[in-house]
Amino acid sequence: MAVSDRSASHLGEAVGLSDEQLIEMYRLVALTRALDERMWVLNRAGRIPFVISGQGHEGAQVAITWPLRKQHDWVAPFYRSIATCLTFGMSPRDILTAQYATANDPSSGGRQMPGHYGSREHNLVSVSSPVATQLLHAIGIALAAKVRGTDQVAMTFMGEGSSNQGDVHEGLNFAAIHKLPFVFVVENNGYAISVPSAKELAVEDVASRAGGYGMPGLVVDGSDVLECYRVATEAVDRARSGGGPTLIEAKVTRLTAHSSDDQQTKYRSEEELASEKARDPLPRFRAQLVDAGILTDHVEQRLGADIKAVVDDATQYAESQPDPDPSTAMRWVYAEEWPSEAPPPWGFGTAGGHAEEH
Amino acid sequence: MPAKTFIEAIREGMADEMRHDGSIIVLGEDVGKKGGVFLATDGLWAEFGDDRVIDTPLTESQIIGTSIGAAINGLRPVAEIQFADFIHPAFNQLVSEAARLRYRSNNGYSCPMVVRAPYGGGVHGALYHSQSVEAFFTHVPGLKVVIPSTPYDAKGLLRSSIRDDDPVLFFEHKKMYRSVRGEVPDGEYAVPLGRAAVTRAGTQLTVIGYGLMAHYALEAAERVADDGISAEVIDLRTLRPLDKESVLDSVRKTGKCLVVYEDNRFGGYGAEVAAIVAEEAFDYLDGPVTRMAGPDVPGVLQPRPRGLVHDQPGEDRRRDPD
Repeated sequence: MAVSDRSASHLGEAVGLSDEQLIEMYRLVALTRALDERMWVLNRAGRIPFVISGQGHEGAQVAITWPLRKQHDWVAPFYRSIATCLTFGMSPRDILTAQYATANDPSSGGRQMPGHYGSREHNLVSVSSPVATQLLHAIGIALAAKVRGTDQVAMTFMGEGSSNQGDVHEGLNFAAIHKLPFVFVVENNGYAISVPSAKELAVEDVASRAGGYGMPGLVVDGSDVLECYRVATEAVDRARSGGGPTLIEAKVTRLTAHSSDDQQTKYRSEEELASEKARDPLPRFRAQLVDAGILTDHVEQRLGADIKAVVDDATQYAESQPDPDPSTAMRWVYAEEWPSEAPPPWGFGTAGGHAEEH
Repeated sequence: MPAKTFIEAIREGMADEMRHDGSIIVLGEDVGKKGGVFLATDGLWAEFGDDRVIDTPLTESQIIGTSIGAAINGLRPVAEIQFADFIHPAFNQLVSEAARLRYRSNNGYSCPMVVRAPYGGGVHGALYHSQSVEAFFTHVPGLKVVIPSTPYDAKGLLRSSIRDDDPVLFFEHKKMYRSVRGEVPDGEYAVPLGRAAVTRAGTQLTVIGYGLMAHYALEAAERVADDGISAEVIDLRTLRPLDKESVLDSVRKTGKCLVVYEDNRFGGYGAEVAAIVAEEAFDYLDGPVTRMAGPDVPGVLQPRPRGLVHDQPGEDRRRDPD
């Protein structure tokens, strides 16, 4: 994107970002919000069956993903990772085709529920529904990076509710023992669906557990985009240089219900919901950039128009894409080294043999 | 051809493949200096070092989940679960993740990995060192399940499993580790997955087994031959994908079918084999398909297993695990 002033302002200088980069970060936060809001409209209009939202998490996601090298490093995201996926290379069309479960949805070809993103092209590991399993995959990726000497860093994201799973305990222990190039990001929004963090954690901060595994644990205000970026840059640098893993806990807010099937007013008061809006990263980041003279009226107008056009385009695109061919539903249970019509290589030597015991 | 024990063939299979392919790593509990509690990985750490032979904490889910990630990023992990009985903490990683990764990503991702685990009873292991767990996993599309019964097959099937592009569970009967010997060529060979072996030709009855039961089936067939009964014996070798045609061809010829498995009878793998035979070879049967299986109790009674599934013919040549 063309920006009039390419030099680094005081704001960016402190964290080593150019104004252009700051504006691109802001664009990603605002774009994710607009895309997320569009999903809810599409859900309420009956166009897509389900939304699981990242509203309130976008600033932390963009800033913490930013220091990674695209198509080199790895991310194992979770279901709220829309901003992470966009920052790491997926497009709004990719996100919405996943919501519509189209044949060309790069996440799953229409096989998974909405919100289960992934892209082989972008080193974004396919999301599943059991929570926290992806942490071990990121750690395995980091192990392979270390064994193969690829200089890659693996990062994973999840909520504080998921962080209580046993896989997290097993994985962090292993990652720290082997000083793996790994960063664990907890997006703590205070709720596991309806259960407040006081009933999920006996400690205030998930990050306080990091010491028990032998790794640094850092708490960062998830609505402070630049602070998130600073902390993540340190963690990624430490991982890449052989210093081992880091746990980053970003305190974020969940601005929406858990999902489009949840009614959060049943367990969150109107007062709480109103006050939580003050923790929205989008207006805070905007104000920072406006105050620093980076986000001028001119730039903002152009960004706004651009985002609207991109979201409209993604919507129209996803709407127009065909559903998967039902006959493909039996494919890719296993590797297919043979034409799918023909028997598998271990097939039984007879014409018209069955491809596995369907 | 030199004669080797079952466990020597497995060890040799891993070592050969690791020399051939630098992307293969071995990980599990005690697999390093100690070489595994049964010594299946003995010598690998000395030859391949810390990076490729990794002693893990006592964390089965981590062993499998980390293997999935390592496979995603270019390695071919061969994970060892110390006893099949302890694989259950990794059930979610195997069933929700390893088995579904290719399918759920529309072939974007896969996880070529092997999970080796000793299974089976007869070595005074009681409830938690004797189980047959194959049926939990043969049920799951996306997983392959291999159970060899000879040293030759163990090495050849392990090679095919390591080279396979999908996750393979490779169960080794622990009672066979040192009691079973057989010819194993030094050179490179592979036994393809998904092909059963007819280990004894016969005309009146088909007996289907795998693992240790493939041996017992053969011994039993020899015994009844003295009574004039001609039994054909099939060693399945790979449980999923099942070599259905070999099974059906034999049953269509003999007209009778006995399925033998060590696992609990109810809902065991042999029940699926019996169902397939009943559905697809019904017109050829002149008697009911029959199962002979372990009792429906949680584990084989110990330390005197005789009278249950391990009431075996022949000499008991077992060696105990460490």
